[in-house]
Amino acid sequence: MVTGDVKLIGSWASVFVMRARIALNLKSISYEFLQETYGTKSELLLKSNPVHKKIPVLIHDDKPVCESNIIVQYIDEAWSSYGLSILPSQPYDRAIARFWAAYVDDKWFIALRSILTARGEEEKKAAIAEVEERTDHLEKAFIECSNGKPFFNGDHIGYLDIALGSFLGWWKVVELDANHILLDETKTPSLFQWAERFCNDPDVKPLMPETTKLAEFARKLFPKPQA
Amino acid sequence: MAKKEESVKLLGFWISPFSRRVEMALKLKGVPYEYLEEDLPKKTPLLLELNPVHKKVPVLVHNDKILSESHVILEYIDQTWSNNPILPQDPYEKAMARFWAKFVDEQILPAGFMPLVKPKKGIEVAIEETRELIMFLEKEVTGKDFFGGETIGFLDMVAGTMIPFCLVRAWECMGIDMISEEKFPGLSRWIKKLNEVEIVRECIPPKEKHIERMNKIIERKT
Repeated sequence: MVTGDVKLIGSWASVFVMRARIALNLKSISYEFLQETYGTKSELLLKSNPVHKKIPVLIHDDKPVCESNIIVQYIDEAWSSYGLSILPSQPYDRAIARFWAAYVDDKWFIALRSILTARGEEEKKAAIAEVEERTDHLEKAFIECSNGKPFFNGDHIGYLDIALGSFLGWWKVVELDANHILLDETKTPSLFQWAERFCNDPDVKPLMPETTKLAEFARKLFPKPQA
Repeated sequence: MAKKEESVKLLGFWISPFSRRVEMALKLKGVPYEYLEEDLPKKTPLLLELNPVHKKVPVLVHNDKILSESHVILEYIDQTWSNNPILPQDPYEKAMARFWAKFVDEQILPAGFMPLVKPKKGIEVAIEETRELIMFLEKEVTGKDFFGGETIGFLDMVAGTMIPFCLVRAWECMGIDMISEEKFPGLSRWIKKLNEVEIVRECIPPKEKHIERMNKIIERKT
């Protein structure tokens, strides 16, 4: 089957880029990965994403698609006859998956990131409490969506698994930085076990960044203020 | 086709562009629904029960299914009732519609309201920054009647409820002519075309009442 010319502009450390790569893996699509250098933006990136100037950008037969969740949906629809479906087939299940994926980005991720940018112990404690509350929502979402199966999407990973699971590398890094467990086996047991299954999925494993390398990168991205 | 005993309810608010766009979609598809008006900022127990995560309108209840978040609801409506499609069929066109819809709500709205009510860098800078964002949309609609082509679609509903029938009214209250015909001929034409569509006219807040309410909102935030 002819997939066309596929390029992905991204970086090894980006959660959002990982989403696109997992989706491409799920569909067995070969692509050219164009790694951006931290601190600079290539001409191709600026030309392909003039609105946001951000990665990831998928370029399929010279047509750019931007925004990670939109890219994942595009991959599912453009190559709908390849591999397994990424989004659920029923309209309501799709809506629920989209709802929670938006929640991950708009609410949960914002809280997670604010742990890294917190100034002082009080702000950090408040950020941690917020992440815990929102992770609790996601635990309930998992139980509702998975219906006893191993993933949000059921028997195999899908849109919502990818949306949240791509954060697992950074999730660990933030835990280390905060010196506080943020994915608790006793508080959110379903998510905890799902996380292990997700990371071991063959389409995910080669892409998950190694924790020490990512933690080092995090220190560059989120420098601590001098004492 | 509607099945027997199909029930559709929509919790909305008359000046919310998010709930008005859902009404547009339901009307476009000819789906009968019961409308329940929230008197925001007061929230009814029903709203809090149906949308405990965000506590916001719109909420669509289709039989026993509860949905919130306007973009999610619009896509659900499009997939459930297949007549008069809202999203393009082509995957790339669909991705573009989703991209620009996200852009409207997540870039144009934040830039086009509070920074103008409380300009930190000065009102002229805030206006210019908003116009720069709107220019992206100008390019997308130039040469077409609607973003969706010959008929209104997903992006028309999202951008239509947010820009001409919400933000433009706020800008009028502030004495700003943001989308001038001279600078934005494509969008100006698009707005005129929108006003000719019956479904759109039925789903926008009445202007005078809207301006009155908008002035109060702006006053409170200043």
